[in-house]
Amino acid sequence: MIWVNVLIQGILVGGFYALFACGLSLMFGVMKVINLAHGDVAVVAGYTAVFLAPQLHVAEVWSFIVVVPIFAVAGYVIQRTLIQKSIDRDPFTTLLVTFGFSVVIENLLLAIYSANGQSVNIGSLIGDSIHVSNVIYVSYISLTVLIVAIVVLGALQLFLSKTGTGRLIRAVADDREAAQLSGANYRHIFGIAAAIAFATVALAGIAYGMMTEIAPTSGGINLLYAFESVVIGGIGSLWGTLVGGVLLGIAQQVGAQINPEYQVLAGNLLFLIILGVRPHGLFGKKSAFS
Amino acid sequence: MSANPSSPSPSGSFDIRRSTHSPLLNVIGLGALVVLLSAAPWIVSQSLASILMNFFILVTMATMWNLLAGYAGMVSIGQQAFVGLGAYATLYFAIKGMNPFVTIPLAALVCGAIAFPVTFLLFRLRGGYFSIATWVIADTALLIIGTIAFFGGGTGHLLPGLSNLSPTALTDAEYLATWIVAFFAILGTYLLLRSRLGLVLASMRDNEIAARSSGARVTSARRMVFVVAAAGCGAAGSVLAISQPFVQPNSVFSLQWAAEMIFVTMIGGLGTIEGPIVGSIIFFVLQQSLQQQGAWYLIIFGTVAMVVAIWQPRGLWGAFRQRFHVELLPVGHWVREGNADT
Repeated sequence: MIWVNVLIQGILVGGFYALFACGLSLMFGVMKVINLAHGDVAVVAGYTAVFLAPQLHVAEVWSFIVVVPIFAVAGYVIQRTLIQKSIDRDPFTTLLVTFGFSVVIENLLLAIYSANGQSVNIGSLIGDSIHVSNVIYVSYISLTVLIVAIVVLGALQLFLSKTGTGRLIRAVADDREAAQLSGANYRHIFGIAAAIAFATVALAGIAYGMMTEIAPTSGGINLLYAFESVVIGGIGSLWGTLVGGVLLGIAQQVGAQINPEYQVLAGNLLFLIILGVRPHGLFGKKSAFS
Repeated sequence: MSANPSSPSPSGSFDIRRSTHSPLLNVIGLGALVVLLSAAPWIVSQSLASILMNFFILVTMATMWNLLAGYAGMVSIGQQAFVGLGAYATLYFAIKGMNPFVTIPLAALVCGAIAFPVTFLLFRLRGGYFSIATWVIADTALLIIGTIAFFGGGTGHLLPGLSNLSPTALTDAEYLATWIVAFFAILGTYLLLRSRLGLVLASMRDNEIAARSSGARVTSARRMVFVVAAAGCGAAGSVLAISQPFVQPNSVFSLQWAAEMIFVTMIGGLGTIEGPIVGSIIFFVLQQSLQQQGAWYLIIFGTVAMVVAIWQPRGLWGAFRQRFHVELLPVGHWVREGNADT
């Protein structure tokens, strides 16, 4: 029964990893850049929910209604200014700039709010759980996050395949020059993709703050998990990322079951093994590598 | 970038040389600097000597990161893996009874040996994914070291074998160790870039596909650079352990090392040997003047690095070199049409 619980907890946390990762994946797919500050954006969103929501007299549970749109706009603006400026140089510069951005954000949070963790207050919901058996508990918040992750991934998939803007995004991702010749303003499309990425990762950051504590350094470690989910599932596949996140979550829970010290290590090892034996991931296309 | 002085050229002759001025000036100037820095612990105050020690450690790391990113196009944000592993290699050999100073080259070798197989995994990923993967490697190394009871797990371990020296002799020896490591890191990079490998790297940087199709072994050149950079960071980690001398996993594997080596290289000048040194000087001046403000020096430095990367990607030294045509450690070739003899 313990192992069933390990499996369930792994699946629950895997949904969170996929939610965290989908923006990373989208930005890489569309702009061919990795935002190394992706995790720190989530942390800032969590802090915004904690410190801004009470100012606006919004209950922290519902803070995402305010915070997510703010981050969508911020994503668009940052893409059109800072990131676009670096892309205009080369992808290499983007890495340097977003890495700098990441370190600056992390240290600003440290300087302003100290290293203490912050939680998004969700009242009694935090302790409530479905009591399946003696050893199996499914907490409402984790289950909610998993459902939200699946809904977001599904909505993103639908958006990309069914809507006009979605088709434009895919067109720009496939062939920027050709899309541009057909009249698409690729900079604007990049902005929209970044807006989606920032909105989803903001949601993930708030969810993280609800499930546990966010600290200035939480961004980096969650970026690692998100990245591992993407590579395990296969670069360029949204549902693959969900499976990757779930597998990563299970690996971590199995590791933790053996020894709490092995939790993260087990996830890293799964990632390295997948990278060694199946570098294009479980559902990835080989073309994503060229 | 291929330089062949004897090849005929369409418009008369080309004048190809490495240096813009007499190399003798460089040799004399650098020689004097080397002598001065070697004698520094007996000249300058103890506090300045200890700042210089940290300066040399940073110069070593930044020089290695510059080799990776500035010359081979690999943005590693996980070089702290090798800083940490170098520190722990020295700790291991010292616990086994060796003199810590003797273990410095061994630590470099160990890190190079670990880096070699790691490249086979890392090189499956490109660009940004490569960068994050290097971080995963660093995180994994930190976690594994943290579980080893022999090294004191997460709390760390005091580096033994330094107590038989008197405090002043120890400081002098530490200073010389950091200085010699930095010296060899710079000299090694300089010689490497002037070798055949340097030519392969330059051709790869200019046009990778053209380089590959001309038969340049791009992947093995990258692998070589990664291994050398790991060895260099290992040596830096080793002297870091000696200078601390309490070796604690979260401190030697800290992401801060990556941040510092990246920022000083970006500000000083990516892809020039002098750049990381210039950047490190600026870093320590800034750090000393902002000492009281905690994390702010990293915030300011990171912001400056971003600005430099976007508007002046060759950094301060790159801008200076472009303006005044001065190179202290030339690794490329200056090509001029005609017999310009200046």
